[in-house]
Amino acid sequence: MSARTMQQALRETIDALMAADPRIFVIGEDVGVLGGAFGITGGLLDRYGPERVRDAPISETAILGAAIGAALVGARPICEMQFVDFTFVALDQLLHQAAPAHYASGGANTVPLVIRANYGVGGGTGPQDTGTLYGAMLQFPGLTVVIPSSAAEAAALLRQAVEDPNPVLFLEPRELYRSSDGAADLPPLPFRKARVLRAGNDVACFAAGGMMRKALAAAERLGAEGVSVEVIDLRCVMPLDEETILASAARTGRVLALDEAPRGGGLAAEILALVAEADAAQGRRTLARRLSAIAAPIAYAPHLAAAAVPDAAAVEAALRALARTPLP
Amino acid sequence: MSTGPASLASTGSGPRDLLARMLLIRRFDEKLLALQKLGAVPGHSSPYVGQEAIAVGVAAELACGDMVASHHRPTGHALAAGLDPGRLFAELMGRSGGYGRGKAGKHQVSSLDHGFLGANGVVGGGIPIAVGAALGQRLQGRRAVAVAYFGDGATNTGAFHEALNLAAVWSLPVVFCCENNGYAFSTKVEAHQRIKDIAERAAAYGMPGAVVDGNDIEAVRSAAREAVLRARAGQGPTLIDAKTYRWYGQYDADTSLAYRTQDEIDSWKERCPIEKLRAQLSTAGVLDANGFEALSREVDAAIGRAAEWALASPKSPPGEAAQHVYAGEEPA
Repeated sequence: MSARTMQQALRETIDALMAADPRIFVIGEDVGVLGGAFGITGGLLDRYGPERVRDAPISETAILGAAIGAALVGARPICEMQFVDFTFVALDQLLHQAAPAHYASGGANTVPLVIRANYGVGGGTGPQDTGTLYGAMLQFPGLTVVIPSSAAEAAALLRQAVEDPNPVLFLEPRELYRSSDGAADLPPLPFRKARVLRAGNDVACFAAGGMMRKALAAAERLGAEGVSVEVIDLRCVMPLDEETILASAARTGRVLALDEAPRGGGLAAEILALVAEADAAQGRRTLARRLSAIAAPIAYAPHLAAAAVPDAAAVEAALRALARTPLP
Repeated sequence: MSTGPASLASTGSGPRDLLARMLLIRRFDEKLLALQKLGAVPGHSSPYVGQEAIAVGVAAELACGDMVASHHRPTGHALAAGLDPGRLFAELMGRSGGYGRGKAGKHQVSSLDHGFLGANGVVGGGIPIAVGAALGQRLQGRRAVAVAYFGDGATNTGAFHEALNLAAVWSLPVVFCCENNGYAFSTKVEAHQRIKDIAERAAAYGMPGAVVDGNDIEAVRSAAREAVLRARAGQGPTLIDAKTYRWYGQYDADTSLAYRTQDEIDSWKERCPIEKLRAQLSTAGVLDANGFEALSREVDAAIGRAAEWALASPKSPPGEAAQHVYAGEEPA
């Protein structure tokens, strides 16, 4: 496979899916004529026409509600939110309408809906367009939240998200849009499973999306020092693949949970909670800590925004410190 | 008559059938209140009593495959769509025989087999979903119409405005039906908006708006017929402002006279939509007093059977609380 960027991988995957399944349509702001504010839906309007590639008014609630209604009657919407932050403008539709629809029907109804949205700290947009927000989504049972960490993973996960019968929030790390990993086809995995990207014995490092590259780079350097780090790409942050997380934690005895979202509740906290519960059940003590963004809004100034999120050096230092701590 | 017609298309649409269906809704809600007093209904109920001509009148103009999105007062729309009264009782009682196996209750009960997209506990929440259902059907080559029901209070939510605009710009086959009963819970319509008729809001979205007497089933049918024809012909949505009144409170326990008077309630009871149609049928020689008595007994018997069926429906095992969270991953 030739190296392609995450943008290209997403665009080509949507194109291929739409070509194969006439039920699939794209709905969102600026997805048609413009081809998406980040270019992900470029060219689709020409290929599939305005019925299936729908430029909507700036009405997040109506866009998401319409996507839910269409999904309920058998269509397959791919709904773009220009930033994940705007998903919360339509929070009622996500939280009360989409997430519990299957449950409340006693299993009769399905909402095969994909909501694509980019997320990420920085980019000079200040506190409103730089949210991560997936931490809050952990509180919405029925919703699935996936985050690809590479172009190849983006293609694989998007295909699975569209084929899944549940509402899926597909979060695209904005900082990876232009990056290409040149990876060969990834070994297939079930949709909601984590991927062990690098096997190791001394410390288990859990991450997703934009934090993966920091984790892999740190693991590489520590490997040169003789520290064996297991790096796990969570892929699906809601619901979490508890089996893979706990197996890795049990084997290594040391856990670092990375999180781009603000410290306090959320993804890293949930991983630590899972590890603590397993420890209590099995009379074991895992050395577990988290490295999250600071509990503050994201600033406009790039140096302040960058200071909010753990960088590669911080990840490396945290892993090294954990590896050097003797197991209890 | 049966306890509930199987689909919108299979229901008779003669005047006696419509009267029977209105009566079915009335008796269902009254029975539900009685069951609630006995402790058989774990949540609240929101009686549709007084508004029956709207649900039945609009449904009479729909065809098989059409769809309805309801709100927090769903019994009328559900029964008019042909849901089985027994299974509806069971849902509202939290029993396994209910449409959501007791997981939905009055705020999320749905039955896609009947085109019933669902009730909604969030005011305005179902309006965009109706728009999407119309879109989804059109994308799959089907000429289905979707009806969104909501109250006067919902017309102040963002969801209402966004949904009407979206349906208008995409010329979607949607009928927006406002059941304007004069109150958003305790707030009078005059206090929550400056316009005289909610139908005026249609102009802002480039669609027709119609004001009708929501207690006159013929008036409702006439407006609905025009809106449905327009929608099915690809000419886009319509907003209907059906003036009506709820006899009971916002929900069963709301008996407050702080925001309305007994005189006002009584004056609207004088304008009962069921009595109005009954009197018309009597005058026209279609249904005499004995005929109405017989019809009334049939409906009562059907409601009695439905309630018995629901009461006999078992509760789901507690383990089911964790089931149906994700489709395709049900435990064995």
